[in-house]
This record gives sequence, structure tokens and C-alpha cells, in this order.
Amino acid sequence: MDILLKQVGYSYAKDTPFEKRALTDVTLHIPSGSYTAIIGHTGSGKSTVLQHLNALLQPTEGSVLIGERKIEAGTKAKNLRDVRKKVGIVFQFPEQQLFDETVLKDIMFGPLNFGVPEEEARRRAIALVEQLGLPEGVLEKSPFDLSGGQMRRVAIAGVLAMEPDVLVLDEPTAGLDPRGRREIMDLFYRLHQEKGLTTVLVTHSMEDAARYADTVAIMHGGKCVATGDVRDVFANEEQLGDYRLEPPRTVRMQREFEEKTGLTLDELALTEEALARSIAQALTEGREPK
Amino acid sequence: MKGSILSFEQVTFTYVPEDEAVKPAVSDLSFSIGEGEWVALVGHNGSGKSTIAKLMNGLLFPQQGTVQAMGLKMSEESLWNIRSQMGMVFQNPDNQFVGATVQDDVAFALENNGVPHEEMVVRVRESLQQVKMADYLDHEPHHLSGGQKQRVAIAGALALRPRLLILDEATSMLDPQGRREVIETIRELREATGLTVLSITHDLEEAALADRVLVMNAGHKQMEGTPDEVFSSGEELTEMGLDLPFAMRMAGLLKQAGVPMTGESMTEHELVEELWTYYSSK
Ligand SMILES: Nc1ncnc2c1ncn2[C@@H]1O[C@H](COP(=O)(O)OP(=O)(O)OP(=O)(O)O)[C@@H](O)[C@H]1O
Ligand SMILES: Nc1ncnc2c1ncn2[C@@H]1O[C@H](COP(=O)(O)OP(=O)(O)OP(=O)(O)O)[C@@H](O)[C@H]1O
Ligand SMILES: [Mg+2]
Ligand SMILES: [Mg+2]
Repeated sequence: MDILLKQVGYSYAKDTPFEKRALTDVTLHIPSGSYTAIIGHTGSGKSTVLQHLNALLQPTEGSVLIGERKIEAGTKAKNLRDVRKKVGIVFQFPEQQLFDETVLKDIMFGPLNFGVPEEEARRRAIALVEQLGLPEGVLEKSPFDLSGGQMRRVAIAGVLAMEPDVLVLDEPTAGLDPRGRREIMDLFYRLHQEKGLTTVLVTHSMEDAARYADTVAIMHGGKCVATGDVRDVFANEEQLGDYRLEPPRTVRMQREFEEKTGLTLDELALTEEALARSIAQALTEGREPK
Repeated sequence: MKGSILSFEQVTFTYVPEDEAVKPAVSDLSFSIGEGEWVALVGHNGSGKSTIAKLMNGLLFPQQGTVQAMGLKMSEESLWNIRSQMGMVFQNPDNQFVGATVQDDVAFALENNGVPHEEMVVRVRESLQQVKMADYLDHEPHHLSGGQKQRVAIAGALALRPRLLILDEATSMLDPQGRREVIETIRELREATGLTVLSITHDLEEAALADRVLVMNAGHKQMEGTPDEVFSSGEELTEMGLDLPFAMRMAGLLKQAGVPMTGESMTEHELVEELWTYYSSK
């Protein structure tokens, strides 16, 4: 499903003394089936943009096109059920979306709410708890009697259980241990590919953005200041620096390696595995007598 | 090592003591932290780290064993004295905010500790400047971005001028540059004041900066040592759901790709030096 933000402006607490502008003139196209990473430093407006993707926030200027639905500034959008069903958001803090008495009920809530039969909702919940590496016996526990990383996993399960077309992820790996981080990011990627999901990831991990996304958008001071192919964005160190960002570690290491040895790798390596392979190859070729 | 500022002796804690099927969150745990040390506490999700933090400041009391802090045995009586010397940043900042504005929030604990008004004002400003949130004095803490909330929570702990600072994934939502800045600020503070730091983190690059690393696994202390010692155990760590710092991971991948590596490089920079030496030594 295509999403298009057109000249979107947003102010929190508009027309009150506490009014706070968070977005200015943001235009961003998220094509159906794409994997877009949104990066930017603290307070740049990333979470505010995300909440427009399922009309949780409605623009104070401009418009948002979500599939066929148009959400416009100035008109109160009603009946957003369909949008909410198709666009699932994993919030920045898991506690923001947990509420039910037990983990099982919490995960089943979304599907039940959108008309999935009880048996099917239960089946999904049980399968997801396992896929997300939650410990046994967690289903009957209160979601608030869990560790931070366990809550995160339940919150993710709750969104995946709705089987949305668009998966919107706000720092989904914060609080996950390294294995969980890798496994769950891989799970999102698998769903993205197998089910053709449209995926939007907000992350402070440039490494995850490089590994998984095909398009990167940069937020800065409430504006979307750049969008582009992942390699182009991460190759442009000067631009990243302007927005107080830095390239992924792999890219920094590639640059240092190239500078030191005078060798040039074929292309910008986006993963650690790719970087190791390219370096090994360059070293072998470079060492062979010409 | 100077005197111990905090110690656990055979501590066991269970959230549901009446149910024997529920395993203790922390089992028979002993360790000690020296004054002025920087200790990283790492471990998989649910391994007991936050529970340990809550036992340290008397939010929870163990069923067995003793917790000592600032030379006192943790008890209902010593709790307030201990807490007044301890700054704690919880995993979710929203659970921690009490003030209606950022400055009230940071001032709250100072007021409780009887810090005189004038000094309080100075400290609140200073600590908010340290985390780059001085422009947000009158904002409502709950209405900030994720990273801004974490910064304010850290300011709240710094304003106390604690002897012991406990950070429970306190920088997990900061951008890489912001995270480095905050860690640098705390390191400087430690140089200047002899602050002791216990940092709970999943960021192994951060753990690698500590004097000592404690590794928790399913409620038990699995390892304890310098970062070099802990990270040299490679596979044992990955089996526990943890990982190695970037340079060590890269060294492993390069080796797999056929480049002979010593495995001694701890930073990217050292790694590149090593590759260059190899390249130019044919
Ligand atoms: N509920 C709110 N009320 C008022 N202002 C808000 C609210 N939420 C966010 N803001 C402000 O809007 C701006 C953008 O916030 P947003 O949460 O979108 O940033 P972000 O890019 O997600 O940052 P982070 O990486 O720290 O999560 C910030 O200046 C923030 O203080
Ligand atoms: N309030 C609670 N009631 C019951 N059990 C709890 C409660 N809080 C945590 N637990 C359980 O205790 C164990 C340890 O939790 P703890 O929060 O200490 O883990 P952690 O190491 O901090 O994990 P994370 O990295 O996910 O934050 C987990 O199995 C968790 O499910
Ligand atoms: Mg955010
Ligand atoms: Mg925890």
C-alpha cells in the first residue's frame, strides 16, 4: 500500500499556549512494498511522522494519502478502522501499547477487534510468542510483570498478530538483547519479502538501516531534508555530518581501509559479511603480482 | 581497588515466592563494586539486570542474602540514606517522571534531599545543560521525544550529585552521537568527582569501555572480568544471546573469508592497521 505525505505540517497542542511545532512541510513517498528507514537525531520528528502513517495524528497542514484514504488538514477524519487494520505500528516505548490483563489477551486484542475468529487469534498469539523467543508460561502473565525486552517482544507480537500490510517500526530493537535484535529484525525482513509488506523503520542504528532498508529518509528539525537510495545516503558523509549523523560502522571501516591501503572496494558494503568478503577479495587481488 | 561502595552477598530474589514453579529472577548472586569503578552489567532479556538495580536501591528486598550500599546494610531504616547518595535512571523514563515540567522534575529529588533552594536552581540548570536539555525547562516531561525523555531522566540523576550512578539502558534511544556525548559527560564527571557507575546495557561497544563487566544468564552470574577477559570467551557469549563488539565480529568474519587475523584487535582502527600490515608484508 502506497503512503504519501504531502507538505505535512504538525503542531502538538495546536491553538493552546503549549503549542509545539514538530513538523514543517514534510513530503515523503513510501511506495508499496518498499523498505524505508527514517533516521535523524533526537527530537527531529521521526515518531511524529510515523504517527501520521496510520492517522493516529492528523496533519495540521497538508495531507496524508494512505492507500485510497486521504487525511487532510482541517477535516476531522472519521472511521479510521480500515487504516488502523492495514497499518500496524510498533511504538517507541512498549508500555505505550500494552494494556490487557494477560499477554495472551493483549496479543489477541487486535485481531479480535478486527473480526478475526477467536480460535485463529489464539493460534496466532501462541505462534508469535514462540517466534519472538518469549519464555514458556508467559501467555498467562500480566504484560507488566515482564522485563523490558520481554515487554518489547509482546508489543511486537501484538502488532504482527494483526497481519498488517504496512509495518511501521519505531526503534523496535531498543531494549532487545543482541540475539533478539538480530532475530527479530530478520523476522521483519522475512515478512517484508514473503508477504510483500511495506516496511517503515525508525532507527538510531545506521547499521540496521544499511542492512535492511532500500530507501533512507533523513529528518532534521522537523523537516525531511533528504531521501535516497541507501547506498547514496550512506556514501554522502558530508550530508550526514550536516545533520549530526554518521555512516554505519561498516562504511567507516571501509573508508579507513581504503585510505590506509590505497585499495578501492567495488561498492559500498552495507553489511559486515559483505565488507569482510570485499576486503578479503581486494587483499587477494592486491597481493597478486600484476 | 578502593573500598566497596556496593555489594551483594548470596542474594536470591523471586517475584512470586508463593509459586515454586516460578524461578528466582536473581539466584545466589554475589559481587562487589569498588568506589570509583565503572561496571557494565550485561545479559540476555529477562536475565535479572533490572531486578538487580531495584534490589540496589531498596525498591525490592531479597528473600535471601544481603545487599550493602554506602557501607550500610540495606533495610527499611537505611534505605533513605542510601538512596540520597544514589542516582538511578530506569529503563522506561516515563515511569520515573513526577514533575509537571522538566525543571520541576529534575528538582524533585533535590527537594526531597533537603537541598537549599538557591543551590537547587543552580544544579537543575547545570545538569540539564550537561544533557543538552536546558532549552526545555518548562516542557512537560511526558510530552518529549523518546531521546529527550532519556536525557531528562539522566539529568535528574546527575543533579543529585550521587556517589553511585545506576543507569538501566539509559541511552537506548539516543542517536549515536548523543549517546557518545552523554557517556563522555559521565566519564568526565567521574574523573572530576570519583563517581561510581553501574551501567546496564545491551550495547557491547559501551560495555567494552567499562573497567569490569558482569554477565548475567538466567538469574545467575555467568562471568565477571575486564572487557578483554569477557569478550575473549567468544562463543560462550553468543550462546547466551549476547554478541561481541564490532571489531571482534569483523575479525571473525574476515578470518572466515580467508584473511589470517590474530584476533587481538579490539577496535576498528587496530583492525585496519592489522589488515594493512598483512597487506604490505607479502
Ligand atoms: N506529545 C507531545 N507534545 C508536545 N511536543 C511533543 C510531543 N511529542 C513530541 N514533541 C516534540 O516534537 C518534536 C519531535 O518529536 P518526535 O518525538 O517526533 O522526535 P523523534 O525524532 O522521534 O526523536 P527521538 O529520536 O528522540 O525519539 C520534539 O521537539 C518533541 O519535544
Ligand atoms: N514485576 C514482575 N513480576 C513478575 N516477574 C517479573 C517482574 N519483573 C520482571 N519479572 C521477571 O523476572 C525476570 C528478570 O527480569 P528483569 O527485568 O530483571 O530482566 P532484565 O535482565 O532487566 O531484562 P531486559 O534486558 O529485558 O530488561 C524475567 O523473567 C521477568 O519476566
Ligand atoms: Mg521518537
Ligand atoms: Mg531490564
